[in-house]
Amino acid sequence: MHPAPSLIVFTTLSGLGFGLMAFLGIDPPAKGGWVMAVFAALALALAGAGLVASLWHLGHPERAWKALSQWRSSWLSREGVLAMATMAVFGLHAALIVLAGTQVALLGWLAALLAVATVVATGMIYAQLRAIPRWHSPLTPLLFVLYALAGGALLAGQVTVGGWLLLALGAAQLAGWHLGDGALAASGTTAETATGLGHLGRVRLLESPHTGRNYLLDEMVFRVGRKHAAKLRLIAFALAVALPAAIALLTEPHHLLGGVLVLSHVAGTVVARWLFYAQAEHVVGLYYGARARA
Amino acid sequence: MTSLPDRTATDKSLGLVIDLDTCVGCHACVISCKEWNTSNYGAPLADLDPYGAEPLGTFLNRIHTFETAQPGKPAQVVHFPKSCLHCEDAPCVTVCPTGASYKRQDDGIVLVNESDCIGCGLCAWACPYGAREMDGAEKVMKKCTLCVDRIYNENIPEVDRIPSCVRTCPAGARHFGDLSDPDSSVFKLVEARGGFDLMPEQGTKPVNKYLPPRPKTDTSDGPDVLGPLLAEGTEGAGGFLGWLDRALDRI
Ligand code: SF4
Ligand code: SF4
Ligand code: SF4
Repeated sequence: MHPAPSLIVFTTLSGLGFGLMAFLGIDPPAKGGWVMAVFAALALALAGAGLVASLWHLGHPERAWKALSQWRSSWLSREGVLAMATMAVFGLHAALIVLAGTQVALLGWLAALLAVATVVATGMIYAQLRAIPRWHSPLTPLLFVLYALAGGALLAGQVTVGGWLLLALGAAQLAGWHLGDGALAASGTTAETATGLGHLGRVRLLESPHTGRNYLLDEMVFRVGRKHAAKLRLIAFALAVALPAAIALLTEPHHLLGGVLVLSHVAGTVVARWLFYAQAEHVVGLYYGARARA
Repeated sequence: MTSLPDRTATDKSLGLVIDLDTCVGCHACVISCKEWNTSNYGAPLADLDPYGAEPLGTFLNRIHTFETAQPGKPAQVVHFPKSCLHCEDAPCVTVCPTGASYKRQDDGIVLVNESDCIGCGLCAWACPYGAREMDGAEKVMKKCTLCVDRIYNENIPEVDRIPSCVRTCPAGARHFGDLSDPDSSVFKLVEARGGFDLMPEQGTKPVNKYLPPRPKTDTSDGPDVLGPLLAEGTEGAGGFLGWLDRALDRI
């Protein structure tokens, strides 16, 4: 799939924002007051910036409010509704702490629960798509949640929890890459089932429907060289998981090292997210000779 | 809206039957589809940079050409038209966040209400067949409408009240009708010719069906007209060929 910058920015930033909200909801900074205000503003800004970035992706952003209407059936709609609800509940929770100095535990937990649910909904937008076998897996929402929680923990300064979450994330990410590489083959969809011509022998594209590009090719048939992908995975893993996990669990990071840890994780997450899109093959590619067997 | 209609309550399943044995790959249906749909239902179909280096247009119907080969047999070329299959379990409909994409209760046609579409593109991702294209100019999702503005249109002659592509096809490779009605001609055609679904494993339950091409017979057993003339030895040839052989020898 085409790795659209708007979607990479959106999922990365809003994931971090909602992850941070989850931790601030359950365990707000003990110093309360201004510290909480800064953290809460950061969480809301990250989530908000992500949502704004997602609007760039739309052909008609002025109608975006209509996307809140189909929560009964559509994960994208649910994501929008949950994101709004999370920001409202978390905003109230933070405002009570900052302005009134009272912490309502139940409200904080509700904000945390909603934050996680929002990220699950984001993951489900991708996981529900059977036409993209790499995404069509329970690991997809799990990975989105682990990225959000690990990043949120690091941002919230919960370094030890963050370190353990990073280890879980690392394991899930390796599993995701491994299973994802075989997902299209395991899906059973081939050029033969796509055309129904399997009984006549191996199917090969002789002529494309058109000589130029089209929307489908631009959007769904993005190809990334296998060699590059392997290198990028190494970079993503080192930056998002290995380095920050080592800092978090083996040292006692102060501000500077803490900054390195967060920046490294975020940079690695962006690379991993780019790969998440770029490496996902849509079965429509089979109609265009993608994956043609030699 | 975005939920699928209760299947048992869907009165009809209108759709196409496409005969891969007859299609000659002329692209007439592509052009007639574009012409009809750019000037009728919804926004026109974009043509960006039509005479430039990188033309990019929206089409609701496209023809691929495939070659199949079995070891030791001649290759077979199959022209393969593809448009929306108006699936019973249409994943493009349930993913839509706005309710713009919907499947009609009364005839099963899958449509986009363009004034509700936010152009998020998720429905095109959900369709395994590549039957939806985001319009480059209007930024809304376009797809085959099964020519809903022809098939019920009382302002055009009755003979034209079928999809534009079906009306146009010079080979008669496209058929239109109610695939849920066992008495319909399309239903019988599918029964008789062993019509099949594309990507059945994707669970979309397409309404449109494809008819398989008849396998090519092995040409090595067929009558050979030129062979005897080109063969090295011509001794023993009788009749006209024998006469020709002797006449040519004399020159
Ligand atoms: S062919 Fe694609 S666009 Fe048409 S109904 Fe099926 S899934 Fe939807
Ligand atoms: S592009 Fe339009 S029709 Fe498709 S899912 Fe988005 S809002 Fe619905
Ligand atoms: S039924 Fe109409 S819209 Fe659909 S492919 Fe045929 S001509 Fe195009």
